[in-house]
Amino acid sequence: MPVWLTPDEHRTLSAACERLIPTEQAVGAGTAGAADYIDGLLGAFCFDPPRIWAERSPSGAAGAGSDLPRFHRLNALDELAWRTRIEGSLGLAEREINGRVVGLQERYRAGLGSLGSDFCDCDVDEQDRRLRADRVFTRLVYEHTCEGVYGAPEYGGNRGGVGWSSIGFAGPVENRGWTDEEVSGP
Amino acid sequence: MTVDAVIIGSGPGGSTAAELLTAAGWTVVIFEKGRNHLIDLEDPTRLKADFSNDEIKFLERHFLGPDPFLEPRTFRRGEEEGSHSFVGEVNSVPSTVGGGGTHADGKVPRFREEDFAMLSTFGPQEGASVADWPLDYGDLEPFYAEVERGIGVAGDATANPLAAWRSGPYPMAPGAPMYGALLSSEAAEKLGYHPYPAPGATNSVPYGGRAACNNCGFCASFGCPVHAKGDPVAMLQRALVSGNAELRPETFVSRIRSDGRRATGVDFIGPDGVERSMDARHVVLAGGAVETPRLLLLSGFEHPLIGRHLMVHFQTMVAGGFADLRFHPERGRAVTHLHDDPVVPDDASKAAAREAGLPWMRGGMVEHSGSVLPVREAKLYPFGPGHNEAMRTSPLRDRLWAFTMQGEDLPVATNRIDLDPSVRDVRGFPAARFTYKPHRHELAASNHHGPRLAAILEAMGAEWTSIATSPGSVETPGSLPEVPISRHVMGTVRMGTDPATSVVDGEGRLHDLANVIVADSSVFVTSTGYGPTLTLAALSARSTTALLG
Repeated sequence: MPVWLTPDEHRTLSAACERLIPTEQAVGAGTAGAADYIDGLLGAFCFDPPRIWAERSPSGAAGAGSDLPRFHRLNALDELAWRTRIEGSLGLAEREINGRVVGLQERYRAGLGSLGSDFCDCDVDEQDRRLRADRVFTRLVYEHTCEGVYGAPEYGGNRGGVGWSSIGFAGPVENRGWTDEEVSGP
Repeated sequence: MTVDAVIIGSGPGGSTAAELLTAAGWTVVIFEKGRNHLIDLEDPTRLKADFSNDEIKFLERHFLGPDPFLEPRTFRRGEEEGSHSFVGEVNSVPSTVGGGGTHADGKVPRFREEDFAMLSTFGPQEGASVADWPLDYGDLEPFYAEVERGIGVAGDATANPLAAWRSGPYPMAPGAPMYGALLSSEAAEKLGYHPYPAPGATNSVPYGGRAACNNCGFCASFGCPVHAKGDPVAMLQRALVSGNAELRPETFVSRIRSDGRRATGVDFIGPDGVERSMDARHVVLAGGAVETPRLLLLSGFEHPLIGRHLMVHFQTMVAGGFADLRFHPERGRAVTHLHDDPVVPDDASKAAAREAGLPWMRGGMVEHSGSVLPVREAKLYPFGPGHNEAMRTSPLRDRLWAFTMQGEDLPVATNRIDLDPSVRDVRGFPAARFTYKPHRHELAASNHHGPRLAAILEAMGAEWTSIATSPGSVETPGSLPEVPISRHVMGTVRMGTDPATSVVDGEGRLHDLANVIVADSSVFVTSTGYGPTLTLAALSARSTTALLG
């Protein structure tokens, strides 16, 4: 079940992400769970602590080990910033320091609505046409999709580190690092 | 309670001051507006484990601050653009305990002798305020040596023929060179340049009670997971362990109080949002070259040069693509080699200066480095079919090697930090406004050196090269934004002997209030082409030593 999106929105978003980073040689937005990454960001405050900043994994093997991801506590200002960024300013004075802020939730709800409830059922040409129709929203989804395929698995995407393994990237190595030979050699 | 000194900012400048003052028995309170992810305040012998190899947390989600929603800055190229043309993240050095030191990849070169005497050595430039510093390299050398030992710098004292003289070796030998840097250094050397292992504030062996760097690769823009970067945690830790220092994170200093002759203390807002005051015998101002002038202006200080002569490094970024090489740039400490040749004018650059109608021209140090990490790489490719294939082939990460020249930026009085008339921070204080456009010297130097750097990459075997600059040019479509991406900010509280042409004296004291010293890169008179950190820490050590008397 999605955390914040409706099941229909999640299906539309998954299809959109899949057009932006299509599954090739078994890896893409779908296999990596990029839509779950985005849903996790939109619903970050459904959890305590909110899922904004992952803590360092003790095993140093994000997503690959059995550690459940843990998240840093936010202070009051961090929470204000991230709630405003995600939920929008909602007319609250404390969130409108320099004016109204349209939140990510509102942008996604509107953008996915414009793609249409039949987006999943369209052929790829029609899907691409609809994505090109709103370049600003598509760019937002694309950047988040990149994060959801190649970012740390703690945030809900890059399932099992599949994005990293597909490109031969080791992921987090803070505990073991690299030997001098691995740094200096070909 | 009246403390001996309040220190504003816990970065390299403030931490250096804190260590020296506490060692002399002074009681100090260090105010830091950012959060503490660095050091256990209950037991400062212990360092935190908050830093990780997480691209999202550090590069996408402002973990080290400042969050541009809470602390926006504004930008404009000049008054002709109105009150500002951009609001958001402008040149943000981290706002966190440890300041800019936490995110840096730790290159800490010294300046050259003539960097302190630019007017005497090279002469004036039209439209710029080129001046000599009120001190020379010899005055600073003992403090360079002291902060190199204090931070723990790994380097080779004999490797750079263009380096200034030094009184002794580096405390540690350099760490492992990156594969790509070995290749680019070899190519540069063949073309007559002088590459050398970058002096790094990154332990190559255990030092100062902290671990050696394990080459994890998440270096520039990330906090160090194993605390091998000594800057400034080494100084901050010793200050706190002394028992004479208290560190207050999440606390914003909103005003320096004064009775007109001396500063008497500060007003601050802590995590509870309540404004309070603290009395102090001295104030050390080390907020960085944006926040320091902002606080002086918020405090109502009226010296007309506060905020002026803002300098950044004019960056020339030259990339080369290599079909047959994979550089694995994620292994190692981000930048392991430099060459300084563009800092020292040769016949070709003198001719280029004449051609550009300039009396002289200098570039800056050249960093040999790889590219970005995978999330940022992914965003560089067009979306759609072939994206994952591009990531596998990796023309813009694994097969790319690059140079970044940190070009000297001339001091220009109209380039400045002041208070934005309408944009506020979360606490209601006016945001810092950046008014900046490069002098034509910077553009000419970049035009001269960029193709020469590309030629090195071609000699190394690059199939293609490209040159970009930051700030980019609004006149060039598709170039980088005009907001500079350099994190090297300098020069907004200028140092000098004459109160009419400078804000602080040669020992960092405000001409107007002798018990306030400025201990960050705000005091720089000229920018040179070297990273500012070691020099600002050495200046902080020198000014703090003078404050102690």
